[in-house]
Amino acid sequence: MSVPSATRAAAATPPDTAAPATGRAARTRRRLLGLLALLVLLGAACAASIAVGSRPLGPGTVWEALTDRSLRTEEAVIVWDLRVPRTVLGLMVGAALGVSGALIQGHTRNPLGDPGLLGITAGASFAVVLAIVLLGVGTPAGYVWFAFAGALAGTVAVYVLGSAGRGGPTPVTLALAGSALSALLFALVRAVLVSDSDSLDAFRFWVVGALAGRGADVAWQVAPFIAAGLVLALLNAPALDLLGMGEDVARGLGQRVWPARLVGLGATTLLAGAATAACGPIAFVGLVVPHAVRAFTGPAHRWLVPCAGLLGAVVLLAADVVGRVVARPGELQVGIVLALLGGPAFVALVRRRRTAAGL
Amino acid sequence: MTATADAVARTTPPDPGGRPRGRAVTVRVGPVSARFRWRSVVVPLVAAVAVVLLGAASLGRGDYPIALGDVLRTLVGAGTEGQAFVVLELRAPRTAVGALVGLALGLAGALFQTFARNPLASPDVLGITQGASVGAVAAIVLGGGTSTGALLGGLGVPLAALLGALGVGALLFVLAWRSGIDGYRLVLIGIALWSVAQALTDWLLTRAEIHDAASAYVWITGSLNARTWEQAAPLALSLLVLVPLALAAGRVLGVLQFGDDTARGLGVRLARAQGAVVVVAVLLVATAVAAAGPIAFVALVVPQVAVRLAGGSRPPLLASGLLGAALVVGADLLTRTVLPQALPVGILTAALGAPYLLWLLVRGRRTTA
Repeated sequence: MSVPSATRAAAATPPDTAAPATGRAARTRRRLLGLLALLVLLGAACAASIAVGSRPLGPGTVWEALTDRSLRTEEAVIVWDLRVPRTVLGLMVGAALGVSGALIQGHTRNPLGDPGLLGITAGASFAVVLAIVLLGVGTPAGYVWFAFAGALAGTVAVYVLGSAGRGGPTPVTLALAGSALSALLFALVRAVLVSDSDSLDAFRFWVVGALAGRGADVAWQVAPFIAAGLVLALLNAPALDLLGMGEDVARGLGQRVWPARLVGLGATTLLAGAATAACGPIAFVGLVVPHAVRAFTGPAHRWLVPCAGLLGAVVLLAADVVGRVVARPGELQVGIVLALLGGPAFVALVRRRRTAAGL
Repeated sequence: MTATADAVARTTPPDPGGRPRGRAVTVRVGPVSARFRWRSVVVPLVAAVAVVLLGAASLGRGDYPIALGDVLRTLVGAGTEGQAFVVLELRAPRTAVGALVGLALGLAGALFQTFARNPLASPDVLGITQGASVGAVAAIVLGGGTSTGALLGGLGVPLAALLGALGVGALLFVLAWRSGIDGYRLVLIGIALWSVAQALTDWLLTRAEIHDAASAYVWITGSLNARTWEQAAPLALSLLVLVPLALAAGRVLGVLQFGDDTARGLGVRLARAQGAVVVVAVLLVATAVAAAGPIAFVALVVPQVAVRLAGGSRPPLLASGLLGAALVVGADLLTRTVLPQALPVGILTAALGAPYLLWLLVRGRRTTA
């Protein structure tokens, strides 16, 4: 991967020919400021996620429980066994969803790109339904491996079908193959659930997407896959800048197209598959976060991909905290909070810009 | 946009004989002449014949099979009382609703996909059908509970669904409007509305008693069960107005495809044309969904199948509508005859349409919308 040429090429694409030096400096400053803001927000979101819950604990109590591990009070148990694992899981899943959304939008060059588009959600849902119906599985920790296997199988099938045509894999054939296979799998899911209300009873709580009820065991199960996916994604980002100019141009600049696509799709699958396995389908983060981040990073994926991960984590944790507060003593699932808050926010973002083409 | 590039590639290199490729036919009647590609005429014709044949089979087949001759006799009023009840009161309205809903969804899908220049932009992605789901699930789940719930329950499921779809459609229009509707902005706003509506539906399902959730789940899958003339008649009347409007809008769509500036240069009143296309498409979806629920995948897949069969640079409207009707009627026929257990038709439309689109993708070399 030739990083220097990637940098030069990406810098040449935006229309800043009038004052290249100052334009670039301003853009870098904006990106660094954005990155800094994201890190601050992430810290705040983590703190809030540990401090706030359905059981009100004072900040002092939480701090005491965090710093003194010898404490075995009820508060310490709540903090260490419930809130910390949940925060860690939210961090991982949010980052995974944000990064995978940025990757898939880059690779399919479609603003509607969403990990669900590659058959991940559909494959995972289908596998979870099979697990519920055939094996009687009924806990989030039990769903993890089925969901993950389903997500992997779904993506591989979409990629094989999308690239089987004479033109090979193009953004349009991949997207169409993904939505066709998703529709087929969801049809099978519905065929089962329409006639089996016990399974529907289990499935309807999985499909909303939640962090609640997932302990440290779920976090440990998916952590290695998310870590591997994040590394692959960061390695893939410079290549995406080249591929964004079209495959022929990228090839001319020395980018090997096929390996780059494979790494990108592999990373997307690992990240979104692991996230879906852990929490159920959470649609909004992967779709919207890259659009929001692009507002200050611009189209360069070297910035877009990591920043989308940070914002994804911030958004997921914040939505989870809100979900714990609004429906006390119960909780609103994070997937629902995300959609209800994120939807209007996204509409505002789209309308604020003079032309939507900048998104 | 790749679609226009493709259209150019198709029309520019003429045969050595001087005739454009694609077996075009020219018809001249006096001073009037028209050119059209062979396949763009044959495909809608074949689809129309398929709708008629499938409709006839749908009237005759089921738990109580009736021979085709008897069906025809019954239709002209000469059958037995039992046959008349089964054919005219049970199967005819069901078949009519299926055909009309398929027509409306296919047309609306083609309108949205062409307008947004994106093959994924179907009413399912833009949130309109999810809006209907919210309305219907709320009516089923909350009916009788809270005071607003009782109000919704009193409306009845179809009306609640219609209001939900129209509500999201109106939001989509208002939020995407900014001295005209940009296709790209429409899609982005649409997916935001989609996710909100989807989340509300999922949330309502988790709040419901399980038997309410189960019947709501059947509704959001899309079903033609127990549809009567009560649903078929208003649907037919509204389509009588909307289908000609949609076909008229199709003429403008061809110009809009070249981009806003070119369209304006060619004399299209841009804002008005864009608004009209979106309003017609939203109304088509809303009436269809109110009658049969959000039957999956018709609006997404049928225009893509139609454009691959008929050729051209964008989904053909009439062929999309007719193929949609054929798909829904055929899928409903299958649920009642071949399958051991009657499934909602929405499962079959996806299970039939998806493999067919996949096959076209694997076989075809076409890579644009």
